[in-house]
Amino acid sequence: MSAFQGTADRDDFNRLGYGDGARGRLNTADHAAGELASKRIIVGYGFWIFLLSDIIMFSAFFASYAVLVGATAGGPSGSELFDLRNTGIETACLLLSSFTCGIASIGARTHRGAWFYGAMTATFMLGAAFLSLEVREFGDLVARGAGPTRSAFLSAFFTLVGCHGLHVTAGLLWLSTMMAQVFAKGYRADILRRILCFSLFWHTLDIIWVALFSMVYLMGAST
Amino acid sequence: MSHFEQTRDPGNADTAPGDEHLDGHETAEGVDSYLIGLGLATLLTIVSFFIARTTLVWTPSIPVALAVLAIAQMGVHLVFFLHITTGPDNVNNVLALAFGVLIVLLLIAGSLWIMAHLNENMMSMDRIMQMQH
Repeated sequence: MSAFQGTADRDDFNRLGYGDGARGRLNTADHAAGELASKRIIVGYGFWIFLLSDIIMFSAFFASYAVLVGATAGGPSGSELFDLRNTGIETACLLLSSFTCGIASIGARTHRGAWFYGAMTATFMLGAAFLSLEVREFGDLVARGAGPTRSAFLSAFFTLVGCHGLHVTAGLLWLSTMMAQVFAKGYRADILRRILCFSLFWHTLDIIWVALFSMVYLMGAST
Repeated sequence: MSHFEQTRDPGNADTAPGDEHLDGHETAEGVDSYLIGLGLATLLTIVSFFIARTTLVWTPSIPVALAVLAIAQMGVHLVFFLHITTGPDNVNNVLALAFGVLIVLLLIAGSLWIMAHLNENMMSMDRIMQMQH
């Protein structure tokens, strides 16, 4: 119990009470300290709230895409543009990278370097493969005269898919940072919290991609 | 202080989102959870891609089927990858998720509803052109 209170004091940056000053006031200080959630839970929960707000931002892009999907201004529609084979490979890359990211988080929490570095490298390769496929697809569309300026439908398409691509890019940068931090600082508690947040971020990107390939590519190609 | 203590504090009744309960000897179970999730998600993805291109089913039902499959796959991801469960240690995470889903539904359904009505009530482009001349 004393060891636990030691960590609670050290982590109480915001002086929310229960520290040295508060102990005299509260005769139930022991009980109250036991009720405090650990920093890992608070950080994870806060990041979960951020991810939900990110999902709400994406839902606004989804709504604008759904409203504008018919506004092709005489230009090409989704069924003429989308290549489902490419989308399938992208989906496989992202799904597998979500799996390897999970393996990496287990490796980090059990301090197994081979698991962590191997799985993080695999996640990076799969994410980079996804991004390069998407960039190639965008370049191909622009070359065929179906760039974001062609119609409202294509503007909404590039905004929605491009925003997801930017998130994946940020995720790759974060992933490399986490590998470097574990290499330089080891499996410290604060580094492990950052890895928890990163894996939440990466899994959420995959959830958004599920909505994206179903609503944009598959529904677009089947109508 | 071992690294397991951060997730298993005494008297703690919550779990961080994304945390699976993990002891040293339970690593295999943690991997199992991700493997089950990967299998289910792969299955649902393959069915989605198959249904989108098939001519075997009634065509108007395809978008509905795709939406149902997508929602099912998001559920699989939430449970097996993000470890959001219905357990008592997860109430806060589930409540935040429920609020997020409510806002997402209001935003998408509301936009589609309002814009469809505006579209219907708007004068057609030809009529506007006629009035200008």
